[in-house]
Amino acid sequence: MSATSPFRRAGLVGPALLVVLVLIGVPLGIMAWVSLLGRGATIGVDWTSAPSFANYTKLVWEEDFDGTLLFNPTYLSILWRSVWQAAATTAICVGLGLPVALWMSSLSRGARDMAVLLITIPFWTNLLVRNYAWLIILREDGLVSQTANAIWPFGPVQLLYNDAAILIGLVYSFLPFMILPIYAGFEKFDWRLLEAAYDLGANRRRALTRVIVPLAMPGIIAGSMLVFIPSLGSFVTAAILGGGKSMMMGNLIQLQFGQSRNWPFGAAISVVLLALMMLVLMGIALWKTRQEAKR
Amino acid sequence: MSSAPSAITVQSVSKSFGRGDAAIRVLRDVSVDIGAREFFTLLGPSGCGKTTLLRLIAGFEDLDSGAILIEGARIDHLPPFQRPVNTVFQSYALFPHLTVAQNVAFALEMQNFSAAEVRRRAGEALEMVRMGAFAGRKPSELSGGQQQRVALARALAPRPKVLLLDEPLSALDLKLRKEMQIELKQLQAEAGITFVFVTHDQEEALTLSDRIAVMQGGRILQLDTPRAIYERPAHRFVADFIGEINLLDGQVAGPGKVRLDCGAEIAAGADQGTGARVTVAIRPERATLSQGGALPAEVTHAAYLGTATILQLRLANGAPFLLRAATANLPEIGAQVTLDLPPDALQVFAA
Repeated sequence: MSATSPFRRAGLVGPALLVVLVLIGVPLGIMAWVSLLGRGATIGVDWTSAPSFANYTKLVWEEDFDGTLLFNPTYLSILWRSVWQAAATTAICVGLGLPVALWMSSLSRGARDMAVLLITIPFWTNLLVRNYAWLIILREDGLVSQTANAIWPFGPVQLLYNDAAILIGLVYSFLPFMILPIYAGFEKFDWRLLEAAYDLGANRRRALTRVIVPLAMPGIIAGSMLVFIPSLGSFVTAAILGGGKSMMMGNLIQLQFGQSRNWPFGAAISVVLLALMMLVLMGIALWKTRQEAKR
Repeated sequence: MSSAPSAITVQSVSKSFGRGDAAIRVLRDVSVDIGAREFFTLLGPSGCGKTTLLRLIAGFEDLDSGAILIEGARIDHLPPFQRPVNTVFQSYALFPHLTVAQNVAFALEMQNFSAAEVRRRAGEALEMVRMGAFAGRKPSELSGGQQQRVALARALAPRPKVLLLDEPLSALDLKLRKEMQIELKQLQAEAGITFVFVTHDQEEALTLSDRIAVMQGGRILQLDTPRAIYERPAHRFVADFIGEINLLDGQVAGPGKVRLDCGAEIAAGADQGTGARVTVAIRPERATLSQGGALPAEVTHAAYLGTATILQLRLANGAPFLLRAATANLPEIGAQVTLDLPPDALQVFAA
C-alpha cells in the first residue's frame, strides 16, 4: 500500500463530506436552532427571539397561569403511541415476513423473480392512494366490516379510525421492507442445513429457532431498521386510517408546521424523534458488537 | 450374513420423481439386508439411485412403495428427527453460525441431555476425530478435511444405530482422501456401528467396504464382497464399472469355444448356445504374453508404472486391449505378440 498525501486524501474525501455537510448537516443544524427559538407572529418562527429550551419543556410540562409547571401527558402519550405502533409494526412484519421470505427462497428461479416483482408492485402506486384503498376496505358498510360484525358475537366491530387500523396500514405499507432483506439473505440458503437439523433430531420448531432464525438474523435486523424507523415518523397512515383521532409523532409535527404555525415546537418534536431513532440504531449496533464478541 | 440381526432391511422399495408420463423411476423394487456393524457401500454412476436410497433411509424423501426397517422396526413413516440414523452430507452442511463444539453438541441438545453430559459427549466425539483443539472455531475457519472430521463427529455424537455417508470424501484432494479412507475404516471399527456409504468411486468402495451393492438404473445389479465383485462380476456393466477390464465381443463357436470378432478362437466356458453373441471380459493383469498364445495383437503404446508396465495393444479388428505386464522382457512398440487368456480368468456375458 502506498502512502497517500493528506492533501490528496482530503481531495478525495472532500466532495463526499461536502455533500453530507450541505445536504444533511446544515438542514439538521437549522432544525435544531429553530427548535430553540420562539414562535413568530406571521411566519412560523421568530428569528430574533432569544434561544431557550421552552419548546422541549412544553413536551412534558404545561405552564400554568401563575407560572408553575404542570405535568402534561398529551404529547408523551402521542410519543408513546408512536413508539409502540412502530415496535408492533416491526414485530408483526418479522412474523409475516420471515415465512414469506423463506418460502420465496424455496421457489424456482423464475418463480422467485415473479414473487419479488409481486412484492414490489405496491410501490408503483402512491402511498396516499394505497392508504385510501384501505379506507374503502375497512369502512363500516364494507364487506370486511360486515363479515366481521356477522361473525363476532360481542357487539359491533369498529375497524376504522383507531390504533388497530393504523397498525394494519403500517404493516401493509412496510412489510416489503422486511421481506426483501430477509429474502436477500436467504437467497443462497443451503437447504441441506435444514435437512442436517432434522437429521440430528431437531423437530420443525427447533429447526426454526436453532438454525433458520439465527441464519436469517442479519436480514431480520436490516428489515427491522427499515420498518421501525419510517413507521416511527410516519403520518399519512395515521392521518387517514386513524381519522385524526389517533395521532402519531409525524402527525404532530405536520400539525405544528401546518395549521398551528408553530415551527419551533415542530422542530423540537422532530429533534426528539431523531434522538429516538438514533437510540434504537445505537442499541442495535451495541447488540451486534456484543454478538460478534461472543463468537 | 449369519445369524446377526439386520441393521437395515430395505424391502422392495420403489421411488419415482415427477408425475404421470414425466415421472422418472429412480428406484425399482430394491431390496437389501445390511448387517449390524457392516461397512456397506452403495456404488454406481450418478443417477443410479444410490443417493436416493440413502435419503429414503434418512427420511428426507418418502418412498412410493415398500418398507424400510431398522433392527426389525419399521421406520419409513417416521420423520427424519425420529429415526436412529445420522447423515454425513456431501457438502458437510455444518451450521455456519455455530462453533465446532456447538455443531457437534447440536444433536445431543436436541435429545435434552444435561449441559454437562452434552459437553462430555461432544468432547468425546471431537477427540475421536482428533479435532478437540478446534472446538472454538467456526466451520468457515477450517480446511476441507477438518470440516469433514467435524461433520463425522457431529453425526457420531448422538451414537446413531446407523451412520449414512453421502459421498463424504468426494470434495477432498486425493492425498487427503486416502488418509480419510483409513480413518473412516478405523472410526467404524471403534464406534462399532453400521456404516452405509454412498460413492461413485469404485476404488474407494473396494478399499473400504465389507460388502458393495453396485447400482445402475435404479436397481442393484450385484451385491457381494469387494473381492467377488472385482473377480467375478455378474454383469457386463459391473465388470466395466469396477476397475479396468477388456471387453471382447464374439460369438459362441461350440462348447467351451468362443470366436472373437478379431478372428481368434479362444477357450472360454460359455452357458450360451452355439451362435449366440457374447462378450468376453478379462482383467489386464490376468492376460499374459506368451509365444503361441491364442490371441494375436500389436503393441501400440507402453506406460511404465514402476511395479508394472501397462501395454496398450491392438487386435486384428482394431479393438484395443490393455495388458498389465511385468517390466522385464517387454516387447518393442510395434511388435506382433500373442496373448494367453487363461479360461479361469474369463467371464462371459450375453451381449
